[in-house]
Amino acid sequence: MKRSIITCSMFLLTLSWSALCSAGQPIKIGALFSVTGPPSFLGEPERNAAQMVADSINKAGGIKGRPLQLITYDTQGDATKAVQLANKLIKDDKVVAIIGPSTTGETMAVMPVVEKAGIPLISCSAGRKITDPVNKWVFKTAQNDSLAVAKIYEYLQKKKLSKVALLTVSDGFGSSGREQLKAQAAAFGIQVVYDETYGPKDTDMTAQLTKIRGTQAQTLICWGTNPGPAVVARNAKQLGLKMPLFMSHGVSSKKFIDLAGDAAEGIFIPSGKVIVADVLPASDHQKKWLISFVKEYQKLYKVEGDHFAGHAWDAMMILKAALEKGDDTPAAIAANLEKTREFHGIGGSFTYSASDHAGLTKDAFVLVEIKNKDWVLVK
Amino acid sequence: MKRDYLLFVLFTLVVLAAPCAFKGGYLLNVLVFMGINTMLAVALNLLLGFAGQISLGHASFFGLGAYFSGILSTTYGFNPWLTMLIAAVAVGLLAFGLGFPILKLKGHYLAMATLGFGIIVYIVFNETVALTGGPSGLSGIPNLRLGGILFDGDLKNYYLIWSFALVTMLLSINLAHSRIGRALRAIHDSEVASRVMGVNARLLKVQVFALSAIISAVAGSLYAHTMSFISPASFGFNFSVELVTMVIIGGLGSIFGSFLGAALLTMLPELLRVVQDYDIVVYGLLLIVMTMYMPKGLAGGIATLWRLLRPKKNGAIDHAQG
Amino acid sequence: MDLLQQLTQYAFSGLSTGAIYALIGLGFAIIYNATGIINFAQGEFVMLGGMLTYFFQTVVKFPAVPAMLLAVMTATALGAAFERLTIRPLKRPTPLSLVIITIGGSIFIRGISMLIWGKDTHSLPPFSGSEPLTLAGATIMPQHLWIFGITLMVIAANKFFFYFTISGKAMRACSFNRTAASLVGIDVRKMVLLSFAISSAMGAMAGIIIAPLTMTSYDVGVMLGLKGFCAAIIGGMSSGFGTVLGGLLLGLLESFGAGLISSGYKDAIAFIILLLILFIRPQGLFSKAQTERV
Repeated sequence: MKRSIITCSMFLLTLSWSALCSAGQPIKIGALFSVTGPPSFLGEPERNAAQMVADSINKAGGIKGRPLQLITYDTQGDATKAVQLANKLIKDDKVVAIIGPSTTGETMAVMPVVEKAGIPLISCSAGRKITDPVNKWVFKTAQNDSLAVAKIYEYLQKKKLSKVALLTVSDGFGSSGREQLKAQAAAFGIQVVYDETYGPKDTDMTAQLTKIRGTQAQTLICWGTNPGPAVVARNAKQLGLKMPLFMSHGVSSKKFIDLAGDAAEGIFIPSGKVIVADVLPASDHQKKWLISFVKEYQKLYKVEGDHFAGHAWDAMMILKAALEKGDDTPAAIAANLEKTREFHGIGGSFTYSASDHAGLTKDAFVLVEIKNKDWVLVK
Repeated sequence: MKRDYLLFVLFTLVVLAAPCAFKGGYLLNVLVFMGINTMLAVALNLLLGFAGQISLGHASFFGLGAYFSGILSTTYGFNPWLTMLIAAVAVGLLAFGLGFPILKLKGHYLAMATLGFGIIVYIVFNETVALTGGPSGLSGIPNLRLGGILFDGDLKNYYLIWSFALVTMLLSINLAHSRIGRALRAIHDSEVASRVMGVNARLLKVQVFALSAIISAVAGSLYAHTMSFISPASFGFNFSVELVTMVIIGGLGSIFGSFLGAALLTMLPELLRVVQDYDIVVYGLLLIVMTMYMPKGLAGGIATLWRLLRPKKNGAIDHAQG
Repeated sequence: MDLLQQLTQYAFSGLSTGAIYALIGLGFAIIYNATGIINFAQGEFVMLGGMLTYFFQTVVKFPAVPAMLLAVMTATALGAAFERLTIRPLKRPTPLSLVIITIGGSIFIRGISMLIWGKDTHSLPPFSGSEPLTLAGATIMPQHLWIFGITLMVIAANKFFFYFTISGKAMRACSFNRTAASLVGIDVRKMVLLSFAISSAMGAMAGIIIAPLTMTSYDVGVMLGLKGFCAAIIGGMSSGFGTVLGGLLLGLLESFGAGLISSGYKDAIAFIILLLILFIRPQGLFSKAQTERV
C-alpha cells in the first residue's frame, strides 16, 4: 500500500513536473501481469521492474519530452481476465502498446485481441508458440524453453550421459519445457527413459523418485518453479539418489537455494546471466546492464532482481527504444520494434527481425552449478 | 407467475438496449462474459436452488463443453455449430449416467463426490496433452458463423451469447412454473414425502442434473468459440466454487437472482480494482457479510426493499401472496 | 528384491503423507460432529500454523518451541473469533450458507496472509535433524516420526476429551441431538465455539509439524484442506480412527498410484477410488450405516 502511494505520488510529481515543462500528452503503455494467483512468482517481479523502468524514464524527462504512463492490471493468471483486461487497456485506456502477460496461456488468449485491434504486444512469457509462427504484432522477451533445454543437453552429451528421466510440473511452464525436452532429445542422442508430471502443489515426490531409481536413468531433469523442485531436491537427498540433478531456469534464484537447503548442493541449472552477473567476464555486453539492474531493483524492492523481473525490464527498454525511434502510433511502434538490433538486456542480446520476434540465441543462457549455497559457472 | 414473465420481457428489452449505453467500450466485453456466467448460474440454480442438490464440480461440465467443441472444431475441422451440439449431447449423456450413482449421495458426501469429479476432469484436461494441448491450452478455435455473420466482435458476441442466456432463462422460468418445477421443490423440502406423493424423485433429480450439465456445456462451447482460446485453469475447483457463490449470493431458486449473482461476480473485479491489492480480502469479506445479512440473496434483498418502498395500501395483498 | 524395496518405499511414503491428511481430516471431523458444519476454512488454519511459526521463529526470532506455542495459540484465537463473528450471528443457518461463509472465511484468511507475509514459499528447520532414517531398505525423515507420534497423541487426547471430560461429553451430546442437549442444560453455543477452537488448534499443529517437510506459503491451505476433507469423508466423518485410516488410505493410494501407474494422474486415481467408495458405501468406509430420520 505504502509502496503504491509512493509510486502514485512519484508519478503525480513527475506528471506535474513535466506539465510545467510544457511537455506533451503522456504516452500510455499498458501492462498485464499476474501479480496475484498461482503465477505471481512471475507477475510480481515483472510489475515491479516495469514500474521501476517507467519511473526512471520519467525522472530522466520522459521520451522525447513526453512522460510515460504505465497502466498495470492484475490478471491473476486467468486467461479470461487477461482477455477482458487487454480489451480494457485497448478500448478504455487507449494504450499504444502492451507488455505482458506473464504466462504463455494468457498470452495465447490475448493474441487474437491485440491482433484485431492492431496494438503491439511484448509478452513476458516463454512459450515458443507465441512467436512461432510470427505474428506481426506480437514480440516476446522471455527466453524460449528450447534454448535452456539445448544448454542442458549439450552438457549431457559432453559428459556422455544419454539416459534421462523427466519430471515436469503440470502447468504451462512445465508442459512447454516437457515438449522441448522430448522434441530435442533425439538430436543430442539422448533417450528419455522416464517421463512423468507432478502437480504444482505436490508435497512429496519420493514415490516418483523411487520409480526413477529403479529405471536406467543416468540423470534427472526436473522442470518446474518453486516449491516443487525444492521438494524434488530434498526427497532425492532423502532417498540417497546418486544421479546428477538438473533443474530449469524456473528456479534460478536464491529462493531455491533457501528452500532446498543442503539438498541444493551440486544441482545444475541453465539460467539467464542475471544471477551470475558479477562473475561474468568484462567482455560480456550484458554485464554493465545486469549489474545496474540488480542493484537498482534491490534498492527499491529489498530483494535481488531475478530474470523474471528482467523479462519486464527488457520489454520496457526495447519499447522505449522503439518509441524513441519514431512515432507513437501502434503501427510505427510495431515496425520499430522489429528493427531492434543487438539490444543487450537482462535476458540476453535481442535482435528482432521480420521472421524472428523472440530475438535470442542460446548464448542467452549459462549453465550454473550450486556449490556452497552459491552459483558457479560451468564451463 | 405472470409477474415473472413480465419481468422477463422487461429484462429482455434492457438486455437488447444495453449495448447503446456502452458504445463499444470495454464494458461490453465484460457483459459478454456476464452472459456466459448467467447461463452457468441459472443452470446450477436448477440443480441447487430447485432440486436442492449441491455440486462443487460444475466447472467441469463447462470445461467439457468447451473442450469438446474446441478440439472437434480446431483439430478435426468440424463446423462449430455441429460441435456445440455434439458437446451438449455428449455431456448430457455423461451427466445422465453419472447422475444415478452420484445423486444417491446426500449433503457433504454429494459435495465431496462432485468436487472429486471436478478434480478428475481437471487433471484429464491437463494430462491428455496430445488432445487438449495440456496446461498451455488450446488456441485458434474458430468463431461461430451464422449465414454471412462471423461472430468475432464484442457487439456480435454480445447478442449471440445473450440470446442463448435469455433462452436459458425463459426455459428455466417455464420449468419452475411447470409440474416438474413443483415436483422439484417438493423434493427439495422432503424427498421422502415427495416420493410418497408419487414423484419419481430419483429420475427427476438425474434429469435436472443432466439438463444443468447440458446448459453448462453449451455455455462452454460459446466460451470456447468467442475466446478462441481455452486452458484448464479456467475450469478448476475455484471456478466451481465461484459458480455456487453466484447462485447463493443471487438467491437460491430465483432465476433473476442467478443473473444478479452472475452480474455481481463478473463485475466485482472491476469494482474492486479501486482497492487494488486488497481485492481478495474484500471479496472474502463480501461473501461472508452477504451470506450473513442477506440469507435470501440479492433477489430476496431486492424483494424486501420493494415491499418496504411500496405504498402501504398494497401491503395486505402482498402479505397474502406470501 | 529391488521391486520389493520399491514397494516398501511406496508404502512408507504413502503412510507418511497419509498421516498428514489424517491429522487435517480430524479437524474437519471434530467440527462436523459437534455442529454439523463442514468448515471449508480448515485448510487455512493448517497454513496459519506453518506461516505463524515461520513468522515468530524467523522474523520475530523467538526460539522454536515458544514460537510454535504462540502459533497454535494465535490460530486458536483466530478460529474462535471466526466462529464468534461469522457463524454465531447467523439467524437461520442452512448447510449451504455455512459452506459459503466458511469458503468466504478461507478466501479472507488467505488474502490477509498474502498481504502480511507475501507470496513466497518458506521453509522451516526440522524438529530433529535432517538425516534420513533407513528402515527395511526404505527411507523416511525423522520429521515423519514426529508426524506419526503427534497424530497418535491427538487421537488419544481426543478419545480422552470426548469420553472422560464434561465438556467432551457435552459436545458429543450436541452432536447426537442439539435440542435435547440444550434441554439438559448444555450451552450448545459454547460447545460450537469450543469445537472451532479445538479444530483450529489441531489444524495449526498439523501445519507446524508438516512445514519442515512440505514447506509453507500463503496458499498451501487449499490443497491440504481438500485432502483432509477427503480423508474425513472416507473415514465416515468419525473423530477417531476412521478418519486416520481414511487419511492413510488416501496417502497410500496416491503413493502407489504415482509409483506404479502414473504420477500425473495420481490425484485422479485417488479421487476415482474415492468416488467408487462413495458409490458403494455412501456413509464412508469406516462407519456404520445410519438410518435417516424423516
